Amino acid sequence: MEKGTLEEKKSKRRVSLTGDDAIAEAMRQINPHVVAAYPITPSTQVVESFARFVADGLVDTEFVATESEHSAMSACVGAAAGGGRVMTVTGSQGLAYMFEVLGVTSGLRLPMVMAIANRALNSPLNIHGDHSDTMAMRDMGWIHLYSENGQEAYDNTIQAFRIAENPNVRTPVLVAIDGFQTSHMVETLTVEPDNLVKRFIGEYIASYPMLDIDNPVLYGAADRPDYYMEHKRSQLVGMINAPEVIQQVGQEYGALTGRYYGLVEEYRMEDAEHAIVVMSATAGSVKDVIDQLREEGVTAGLLKVRAFRPFPAEEVAKSLSRTKSVAVLDRCGTGGAQGGPLFLEVRAALYEEKSPPQVINYIYGLGGRDLPLRHIKDVYLRLREIARTGERGKLVDFLNLRE
Amino acid sequence: MKKEKLKKWQELPIGGLILDMGNSSETQTGDWNPNRLVWHDDTCTHCLLCWINCPDASIKVKDSKMIGIDDYHCKVCGICVEVCPTKPKSLEIISEEVA
Ligand code: SF4
Ligand code: SF4
Repeated sequence: MEKGTLEEKKSKRRVSLTGDDAIAEAMRQINPHVVAAYPITPSTQVVESFARFVADGLVDTEFVATESEHSAMSACVGAAAGGGRVMTVTGSQGLAYMFEVLGVTSGLRLPMVMAIANRALNSPLNIHGDHSDTMAMRDMGWIHLYSENGQEAYDNTIQAFRIAENPNVRTPVLVAIDGFQTSHMVETLTVEPDNLVKRFIGEYIASYPMLDIDNPVLYGAADRPDYYMEHKRSQLVGMINAPEVIQQVGQEYGALTGRYYGLVEEYRMEDAEHAIVVMSATAGSVKDVIDQLREEGVTAGLLKVRAFRPFPAEEVAKSLSRTKSVAVLDRCGTGGAQGGPLFLEVRAALYEEKSPPQVINYIYGLGGRDLPLRHIKDVYLRLREIARTGERGKLVDFLNLRE
Repeated sequence: MKKEKLKKWQELPIGGLILDMGNSSETQTGDWNPNRLVWHDDTCTHCLLCWINCPDASIKVKDSKMIGIDDYHCKVCGICVEVCPTKPKSLEIISEEVA
């Protein structure tokens, strides 16, 4: 596997950036052909910073400030079909407003990257973080990567292009960070040299670009009932091939940068009897609590899901099958389902296990609600109690809710 | 009427794209309407108003003379019947039961 040159290793930079600016910095290095966006809190800063890069001539990107998110995604579809490397940024109501076009992007197999600062959906109006926006689009045919912090946001944005553009995948990828917790928090992170990023993502070779007028092709034809199912089945190929590519890209990126990525991340799971499954920023807090609890003799572990779509059921089952009790933390309501979306996936993944652990679900952090460490600790203590008594108790509950 | 050969999912181009431009002639649209269009060549004057007005290029013409209907594509919209100037009309829609 390719390693970074000595020159490149020396020109790594340690910089303090917000999560939003970490993504903007990755975008500057990626230098997409087209970025079409309509700013929305808490991802506005990505768009603002990138617009400045455009104005300062640091990128060659055609930046389209559209009149809405629906238009932004539509412009991205056109640009990607035209043959461009394309990116957009949004979240919450903006993502909801894009909804109609999201399925067009994935159905046309357009490789594009969308950065999301996760934010609650109305009503009540709330600008703070939770995952209800991207979870609402979990079955729109996009690959979902969730980032724990600014470093991961930067790394995931770069890797996302390699995943989306892989000829066996050709599927749009969203890179999510937690609104405010990550988007507005300043962290010190490593920014790789421009030429390393450029080499890593490589030259984009579009398949069937519409602008290739010598080889005309039609995008967006209609299907009657006699073809729709065949097209939907063929669309799935990208998703089926994605896990291998996500892992391979994560390994290759790790060889260059020292930061390796997979579908999931395990923290102290080797001998864990009680595990929390969670995505994004909260994983950081959980790791801290685990370190404390380990001192007190609680065999706590974490399984962080990085790729939510396609869902890494095998990896999840393998990791959790050794545990006795598991709590899945969903930063999203149930919407009348049997639990949060992550919980449903995890529980289904464990169905084939001979002696699966007890699995409970907690809804947490809605609309930016804080999750103090003591609540995470309480979850582990309850898991230990469940394992000891065999009494599961309430299947779905809320964390840090007044009642 | 010959039947369109339907492809398997593995045979389809990525993203539902159409790579062979102008392939709409391969798509059977003639089975959309259960009714049928018939042509009466005994009264036809070959004025070709039907040919000019047909939105689906389903009036077959050879050497400036009408020679028939392309059943594989004709959607039986009735526009040609509407514009046909002969009395009685040289084009007629017959219902599914009769056809
Ligand atoms: S019925 Fe309509 S489609 Fe058929 S030949 Fe007449 S005008 Fe054309
Ligand atoms: S419009 Fe009527 S008369 Fe004229 S060519 Fe067609 S069928 Fe014949």
